[in-house]
Amino acid sequence: MWLSKFAVSFVPAQLTSSYWLPEPNSTFAPEVDGLFMFIFWLSVFFFVLIVGLGTYFALKYRRVGTTEVVAPSASHNTALEATWSLIPTALIFVIFGWGFVGVVDMRTPPENAYEVQVNAKKWAWNFTYPGGLPDSDLHLPVDQPTILTMTSDDVIHSLFIPAFRAKMDVVPGRYNKLWFHPTKTGENVLFCTEYCGREHSGMNRKVFVYEAGGVEKKLAEIQETIDKMDPAELGKITFEKSGCIQCHSIDGSKKVGPSFLGLFGTTHDITTGEKITVDENYIRESILEPMAKIAAGYNPQMPSYKGQLREKQIEGLIAYIKSLKNSSSK
Amino acid sequence: MATIVENPSLTGGSPGAEPVVDNYLTFTRGWKSWAFTLDHKRIGVMYLCATLGAFFVGGVMALLLRSELFFPGKQFLSPDMYNHMFTLHGAVMTFLFIIPGIPAAQGNFVLPIMLGAKDVAFPRMNLGSFYLWVFGAIYLVAAIIFGGLDTGWTFYTPYSTTTNTSVILATTGVFILGFSSIFTGLNFIVTIHTMRPPGMTWFRMPLFLWATYATAIIQVLATPVLGITLLLLIAERAVGIGIFQPELGGDPVLFQHFFWFYSHPAVYIMILPAMGVISELISTFSRKHIFGYRFVAYSSIAIALLGFLVWGHHMFTSGQSAVSATMFSFLTFSVSIPSAIKVFNWLATMYKGSISFATPMVYALSFIFLFSIGGLTGLFLGALSVDIHLHDTYFVVAHFHYVMMGGTLIAFLGGLTYWWPKMTGRMYDEFSSQMAAIGVFIGFNLTFFPQFVMGARGMPRRYADYLPEYEFYHQLSTIGAFVLGVALVAAVGILVRSLWTGPKAPANPWGSATLEWQCSSPPPHDNFATTPEVGDPYAVESVKWSDSERGYVKNPSYVPSKDH
Repeated sequence: MWLSKFAVSFVPAQLTSSYWLPEPNSTFAPEVDGLFMFIFWLSVFFFVLIVGLGTYFALKYRRVGTTEVVAPSASHNTALEATWSLIPTALIFVIFGWGFVGVVDMRTPPENAYEVQVNAKKWAWNFTYPGGLPDSDLHLPVDQPTILTMTSDDVIHSLFIPAFRAKMDVVPGRYNKLWFHPTKTGENVLFCTEYCGREHSGMNRKVFVYEAGGVEKKLAEIQETIDKMDPAELGKITFEKSGCIQCHSIDGSKKVGPSFLGLFGTTHDITTGEKITVDENYIRESILEPMAKIAAGYNPQMPSYKGQLREKQIEGLIAYIKSLKNSSSK
Repeated sequence: MATIVENPSLTGGSPGAEPVVDNYLTFTRGWKSWAFTLDHKRIGVMYLCATLGAFFVGGVMALLLRSELFFPGKQFLSPDMYNHMFTLHGAVMTFLFIIPGIPAAQGNFVLPIMLGAKDVAFPRMNLGSFYLWVFGAIYLVAAIIFGGLDTGWTFYTPYSTTTNTSVILATTGVFILGFSSIFTGLNFIVTIHTMRPPGMTWFRMPLFLWATYATAIIQVLATPVLGITLLLLIAERAVGIGIFQPELGGDPVLFQHFFWFYSHPAVYIMILPAMGVISELISTFSRKHIFGYRFVAYSSIAIALLGFLVWGHHMFTSGQSAVSATMFSFLTFSVSIPSAIKVFNWLATMYKGSISFATPMVYALSFIFLFSIGGLTGLFLGALSVDIHLHDTYFVVAHFHYVMMGGTLIAFLGGLTYWWPKMTGRMYDEFSSQMAAIGVFIGFNLTFFPQFVMGARGMPRRYADYLPEYEFYHQLSTIGAFVLGVALVAAVGILVRSLWTGPKAPANPWGSATLEWQCSSPPPHDNFATTPEVGDPYAVESVKWSDSERGYVKNPSYVPSKDH
């Protein structure tokens, strides 16, 4: 045992899978990493062969002055050419087959999986758990497969968890499924990997993996926090975690949508030319039916949050917007 | 063309010193003689200046992007500005530089001369192609001015149908550029079919012609699909026809199929001519007949045809069915074989040669190094399960830059330094040019190799901001980009300087046996007084070095053999 460890210590870190790839935290990881390293070594072999031969020929047969003595040599050799066509062909069959086996596994979700509904929108993730509780982070049980049923409210997004070697596009108008089997408790990062506009690079969240029963405990905790929390405080958390913050500022600056600073109680033009007053009903309607009344000067871009926020959270948001008074006007 | 002042007696060279030689650069004078020229050489030179200008603009954008990424968080580009910038970097580099770079600029200049012909088959269409390029470029610039463009050069729906940037202007520009490309392709196909000189059978054509021929087939067959796709996109945006928009019953993924049906073959529009250039360079600078001519020629055609069948590998994570993903993965691997064959043939050509390290050969060797990395990393992306992890990360960015830039751009520079004496009649400074080529090589690797590492570790592409764990790799990459930028400016600057300071170029400075080296440098207006004699294009022993000419001249003791 110590001998192999000793031998391994001589291999530069750059030649190991732990250098190249993120932590292997799902059952897909060993499969993908194995093939990755197989192709890696194959590439190293061919690269050294090609560049080595090239360098050797370039130095050995380099021209000196303008004298040139070119020994006659064949300009083709069918056996040789067939060899360097057939050997790579055989090798790519191996790579293809290995990759195929891996992806069949990734595309075949098991029966007893833990199910989470995923909604993506510019620029937030919403995960709805069994029982209907939504959250913007992903909470999963360890050693049990999870299946995500994903759709988008606007443009194409893509859900990528590097440590799980799992990725699938989230497309509007259809449900794409992605499954994986986490093998380690702890925290992982989740990215959006399909370009979706301004805050694309900000669309990353956390994936938490818990021991058996941990998810239920966490979800109950979230529920309890929602129930107990001061509405304005809950609104602030919802504002930050559910994506509102990407388009609405709280400092008066104009983003994709109007700023919330000092907004409550003011009167505005809407695109139809009518005037509205920002009150509880207007905020509620804007969250659930954002296209109904668009503030003049803004594009109709906001996705609906119907079914993705609980009643408590909507009340919280209203309370939070109410609390954002313009300090200079008062 | 009545407007052109025809003056066939005009001469080149300094007055009184040299005997009078007809030369395409001085054949007629005045700006109109360029703007309305039908001479393929002048059109080639105009294309060269225009595409290099576009490359400079795209390169400055790349440096701005890399500077922004030096630290995580916002430096000086807002996320919106960053998105506009990477979109235009991609669009300008792809449509204005790499696609026309080798075929339209160098191909236009060289192809008819390689055939011993006076011009291409349709000279007016050729000039038309250049002006379409100019109009397409104007539309792209207009898109920048009127609202910018933030869709990525891929224009994916429904983002592109819902963003409020100038998608219609930009796609119109790309649509026009597509026709520019089709015109060039059509011209080359007809020229190669009908204008080969007596004795030049298909298998006596220089490999650069095989490569441009294969490229032209793709240009003519694939580009119309891009045109239709962009028209559908414009119709979707303008009137909502409901083909891509999910609320209207459309399918956004359909756009990806259409788009990649062109844009994957377009990758071979970019790389095939580059491979053609490399075949010429390796043979010439090794003073050896190209090894396995037929395999190299057939592999160009094989790449062109198989290239049409692999578009789905851009969509392994889109939710396409597992069966189609499997087929696309398999076909993708099949394209790697002809590419591998070419690399081995180039190496075998060097074996027992007399290898010169003149600048074009430095680029050719650097091409073999970089293209090998680009090709081999393609294996990771073709393998289904590994691609799921790597898709849309910096690994992909590094891979295609190794192929497109390490491959096509390096071959472009190799071809430019190779044909420069022929185009301009001047020799550039060899040593400084070699140093610039080495600088490009070092800067390139420093820029893009770290991107493989951060990509494999999960760093997604098209990110204006990133997690701190990737900072080190971004910084290496940015430093490399500046080294690369300086080296590229130097490489081109050295060439431009030779126009004033360079010694006069001989007809055949490198010892090539293809026809373009038989006419004077720069070539006369009509290229050849009489159709030249056609031999084996790779019989390098048919020319030998002459000290008095400072170049290669016909070898009187050469006897054509029947082996080749």
